[in-house]
Amino acid sequence: MNDITKNLPGLYIHIPFCVSKCPYCNFYSITDQSALPAWIDALRLEMTIYADEFDTFDTIYLGGGTPSTLSPKALSSIIDDLYRTFSMADNGEFTMEANPGDMNDDVLSFIRDTPINRVNLGVQSFDDDILAYLGRRHDSKKARQALSLLRKKGGAHIGIDLIYGVPAQSMESWMTTLEEALRYKPEHLSCYELTVETDTPLGQRLGSRSEELVGEEQAYSFFMTTSERLEEAGYIHYEVSNFALREELRSRHNMKYWNHTPYLGLGPSAHSLKGNRRWWNFSSLERYIDDLRQNLLPVEDSETLDEEDLRLERIFLGLRTKEGIDGNEFSSFDPVQTGLLRQCMADGLLERRDNRIIPTRRGLALADQLAAAL
Amino acid sequence: MVSIRNFSIIAHIDHGKSTLADRMIQLTGLADDRTFRDQILDSMDIERERGITIKSQAITLPYRSKDGNIYYLNLIDTPGHVDFSYEVSRALASCEGVLLLVDAAQGVQAQTVANLYLAMEHDLEVIPVINKIDLPAADVEGVMEQIETELGLDPFTSILCSAKEGTGVEDIMEAIVRRIPPPKGDAGKPLSALIFDAQYDAFRGTVAHCRIFDGTIKPGQTVRFMHNNTIYRIEEVGRFSLVREKKDKLEAGDVGYLLAGIKNVSDVSVGDTITDNDRPCDKPLPGFKEAKPVVFASIYPIASDDYEELAVALEKYKLNDASFTYQKDSSVALGQGFRCGFLGLLHLDIVQERLEREYDLSIILSVPSVRYRFTLKSGETIYIENPAHYPDPVNIAKCEEPHIRATMMFPERYLGAVMKLCIARRGENSRINYPSPGRAELQFELPLSSVIYDFYDNLKSLTQGYGSFDYDIIDYRESDLVLLDILVNGEKVDALSQIVHRKQARERALIACERLKEEIPRQMFKIAIQGAVGGEIIARSTISPFRKDVTAKCYGGDITRKRKLLEKQKKGKKRMKMVGSVSIPQSAFVAVLKSDQD
Repeated sequence: MNDITKNLPGLYIHIPFCVSKCPYCNFYSITDQSALPAWIDALRLEMTIYADEFDTFDTIYLGGGTPSTLSPKALSSIIDDLYRTFSMADNGEFTMEANPGDMNDDVLSFIRDTPINRVNLGVQSFDDDILAYLGRRHDSKKARQALSLLRKKGGAHIGIDLIYGVPAQSMESWMTTLEEALRYKPEHLSCYELTVETDTPLGQRLGSRSEELVGEEQAYSFFMTTSERLEEAGYIHYEVSNFALREELRSRHNMKYWNHTPYLGLGPSAHSLKGNRRWWNFSSLERYIDDLRQNLLPVEDSETLDEEDLRLERIFLGLRTKEGIDGNEFSSFDPVQTGLLRQCMADGLLERRDNRIIPTRRGLALADQLAAAL
Repeated sequence: MVSIRNFSIIAHIDHGKSTLADRMIQLTGLADDRTFRDQILDSMDIERERGITIKSQAITLPYRSKDGNIYYLNLIDTPGHVDFSYEVSRALASCEGVLLLVDAAQGVQAQTVANLYLAMEHDLEVIPVINKIDLPAADVEGVMEQIETELGLDPFTSILCSAKEGTGVEDIMEAIVRRIPPPKGDAGKPLSALIFDAQYDAFRGTVAHCRIFDGTIKPGQTVRFMHNNTIYRIEEVGRFSLVREKKDKLEAGDVGYLLAGIKNVSDVSVGDTITDNDRPCDKPLPGFKEAKPVVFASIYPIASDDYEELAVALEKYKLNDASFTYQKDSSVALGQGFRCGFLGLLHLDIVQERLEREYDLSIILSVPSVRYRFTLKSGETIYIENPAHYPDPVNIAKCEEPHIRATMMFPERYLGAVMKLCIARRGENSRINYPSPGRAELQFELPLSSVIYDFYDNLKSLTQGYGSFDYDIIDYRESDLVLLDILVNGEKVDALSQIVHRKQARERALIACERLKEEIPRQMFKIAIQGAVGGEIIARSTISPFRKDVTAKCYGGDITRKRKLLEKQKKGKKRMKMVGSVSIPQSAFVAVLKSDQD
């Protein structure tokens, strides 16, 4: 990746359909696919509206929702629309999220025949009890099959998404899952601590019984052990929840979110950033389709980031990645903040490298605290 | 003079004093419904919310009685708390009678009793009024019985009323006319007038509120304030209508105001006697005391940028509160601030609240202290009310602290509990009286420092609200004092230093450590909190650090949400004080300040 492509924008497409809703997920999606054709038409219109503002993308990311829920035919039509409206930089990164349950020969040949070169598989766990708790529609056997098939026939880099910190999950269970994932030598791994959002069925169910969740100490040891094990296996822990086998295998698309590179998000609930303006679409398929039919942008709201907003974001986002923060950001610090920064370094939460302030492993585990303090 | 009545209303908080005053004002037609603002007398926000009158207010109500004559009823409203008992006594000294207001549902309360005794000391005519008779829970019979047994008053002289609905208000007015004697005095004698309050007017300077006992006062006259020994030329006199109403003169029996180009409220002492400079009266009116601050604490702005604003706010506040004192102070932990003197803890609370509310300042108060006396080995005697100035222990020959004589009144059944409280607070030389059956009056000599925190609150809760409390400072007594320091991660938080009795040092240190542990939020680093006397650590607590605090996912849609959350957190942090690398919230300082000693 050279400097030019690094600054090219990324394109995100939110595919708002799932076969079933997972109780912990708070991303926008629906299970009724009857509006699919209308949505594809609306998406095409939305692309057209942005055709003047965006031209060449360096990354494309099909997320959701569950993109693999759609038929190869529907997905192909979306990709065709995309390439008709925009162009992709040479050596671009094209990711699709997929559910292990959807990995069949048809889908795999579709992946092989399109420019998709990264598949992010929502495995979550290889423990069937955990998968059942998370309300996933696949089991561990299906996950293994999907990974083998993908490796054999997909012709794309593999990313595996895993979740830890599930109530009643032991460290043994988690480490077994992690070891099993490593067996497929995925180019990329995302290991997320389960976040219970109040507006999800899981959040409602747990309510105030948060004691069922893992405690802070346990979450800390999950986090640290995961990081240690994966780095030992040769992965780079480049963001709080993300690991890559090599520098160039990091998610270029996601990194744009973290370093204020412009991105265009299409589809319901998708967010976009250009310059210092960020805007986002309605989280409603109906509204999305209706607005576009009237040639209106389905934008719910937007914000203009002033220098202070940008600085705050650079700091808290930087504290989440191994890129860290430009040391000059701290030149305006008062003595109290400087003292705090020094203590964080002395305490091994941050380190300085090439005039950048970089969080250590323990620092990443405390990124929210660090951001609030600095 | 026969047409004048000077009276005050005594009531427990919430028994409806302000509502009654409002109704009386309305009844006299002074304010019509349109110009009427509810509860005119309690005009300050804090007074309205807390139901506490801080400053005396006065108003003249012209009233046409059923006998056909017009009377001028001067209502002097009084503060209702022990911190201001001197102000109350001066207001009562200006009256010939009082309305004793009792809530028909709640009955006689402690505060009412304390003020009733003050009224009796001044030989005032007492008219019991049973208010809120419209309430479903009203128990008029029961309250009448209490008036007889607990207050020793004739219950059949009571007037029933509902200030809210306006019933009985006219009967009250008539009773004031018929039962309260007109003021005595001689307009021809040399001037003698009592100052019962003073307020600041941005355009005219200090407005002195006074009651004329003898003689006449009018513009152009040269007068002398006898205790302060200052001379002024009267510019204007008048009485209190809803606004000040200019008059030619005030004479014996009148209640009114005077303007005399007096710059500061502090130039006027409540209780002082005004006389004619050329034809003075023989002696000042009795009962003058200098209102001296007895409780001291430092005030710091949370953001050091607010120092100038705080300075301006204090200056403005001081204009209207002569008993409040302040001077510059500085703290290593909290920066530039002011050392302030207060009449008591409620006074301190009020000042704090007004600074925060009216001047929109975020402030931190240090632990309050009394004024200690140290005799050094050199023979020199020094007074210290700021722990920061505590002398080097090797130089101290003798430590002394102010003692008070506390007088408490409560139903006899609480005697054991109150005795226990007083003994725990180092009380001695107790004396018990039974002024009426079932009611005990307990006197104790106590160190002032042991009552300034929460003694009154404790007394009230022990006696279920029936305990009254009053005190006089009697003398300085020898005491084994030490300086207790609080350290956070090894750094002394000088604003939390306290001068305490050696025996109480460990307990107080433990309480401070525990309170701080509860109030200081966990941070990225371990926080050690220690209490130390000299170099010795006598108490400690530890706040364990956060180990994991990070959001798992932060993609397109999460960033705005996360930033907004951070902005909120940072705003919250601005209200905290950094000591070394530890953020200490204001609530932590307050928690230590409010230390419960039991």
